[in-house]
Amino acid sequence: MIDLAPILAKFPPVKHDAAANALIVPQALALEVAKWLRDDPAYRMDYASNVAGVDTLPVEKKTKVKQPDGTDKEIVTKKPGSMEVVYHLYSMALKHGPITIKQVTTRENPVVTSLTPIYRGAEFQEREAFDLYGIQFEGHPDLRRILMWDEFKDFPMRKDYVEPDDYEYEPTPHDAVLAKAKAHYPKASTSTEAAS
Amino acid sequence: MTLLPTNTSFAADEGLRSELQKAGVFVVSLEWVYNWGRKSSIWPLGFGIACCAIEMICTAAARFDLSRFGAEVFRPSPRQADLMIVAGTVTKKMAPQVIRLYNQMPEPKYVIAMGACAISGGPFKQGYNVLKGVDRFIPVDVHIPGCPPRPEALLHALMTLQRKIENQRTLGSDARRTNPAYRGENRECPIPEFGEHDLVPPYNPEVWKPHTIVREA
Repeated sequence: MIDLAPILAKFPPVKHDAAANALIVPQALALEVAKWLRDDPAYRMDYASNVAGVDTLPVEKKTKVKQPDGTDKEIVTKKPGSMEVVYHLYSMALKHGPITIKQVTTRENPVVTSLTPIYRGAEFQEREAFDLYGIQFEGHPDLRRILMWDEFKDFPMRKDYVEPDDYEYEPTPHDAVLAKAKAHYPKASTSTEAAS
Repeated sequence: MTLLPTNTSFAADEGLRSELQKAGVFVVSLEWVYNWGRKSSIWPLGFGIACCAIEMICTAAARFDLSRFGAEVFRPSPRQADLMIVAGTVTKKMAPQVIRLYNQMPEPKYVIAMGACAISGGPFKQGYNVLKGVDRFIPVDVHIPGCPPRPEALLHALMTLQRKIENQRTLGSDARRTNPAYRGENRECPIPEFGEHDLVPPYNPEVWKPHTIVREA
């Protein structure tokens, strides 16, 4: 595993996400950190292998806490949602990696800094994240949709995306597919008439 | 093989015909000769859009040898093709181009939908970006299930199509009534537009209607 301590020492605003062993980089500093990681002789992370978007919905959790007087009190904890962009950097020169870099932003206005000026290979992958998650990459030279057509308005990989209702038949529907397929069944009264 | 198509009104003495055959004289209708020529030289349009295309190429190559059926002449231009083999997943982004190719083919034209994706959307059916069957936009003559179908299945589809061509009326007053290619009407399929959420319209009501499913809820 690569020692991340020198990066954290050099850039104090960068936080370490221990669970994912990732660096959480603020947007303003992202370009500088990436440039340093690429050029520093001890790291030389010259290859951005992977750019991924991560969408997390806000979570509302209700827990019941026993009060001293015997009644239950409900405590609602809200966890805000977030939109993340995850980069995995490798070094081809020194044969090590990966270092995981995360930029965290809001779901309402997802804007992050593009690393395409540092890693040219990130260009299409950032376009894909823009296409499917709607994440804006500041400083990207050509931010257009790449997989869906230009007229498309939705962001299909977002958790709250609703796809067009364009299939009617499913041989063995279950769960969400069952709920969707049921909307296309004939009305209950007519189907019982047909059965009788 | 019967020399006369089953739907001809041509009446000839069976015994006389078989006697003549022994002497090397064949009595058939002109339509039979015409259809025999058509079914034995189906020129497919050479395009593949996903992994089914690999099976299609394999079918055309030496081991399975599509040329046994006279259908090995894959044309690079829709203007010279009779048959469109939709070999693979049709994404919504690709659909207008596939329909445009179909429109550019001359009559009479046929379509084989090859594989699970082309007939129904296959494993991508519950997704947002794949057409749930190419028959939503263009008329399909033969559907082949399979993921991907084996070359034998494609050959079977071709033979099924040959049987269809064999029995089509091409001459006489019946032809206009029974063969859509001879009706003289415009068989161009409208090309859908890219909409904000889906293709507009999502299917061509001329060729496809949503199924009504009767099932206990």
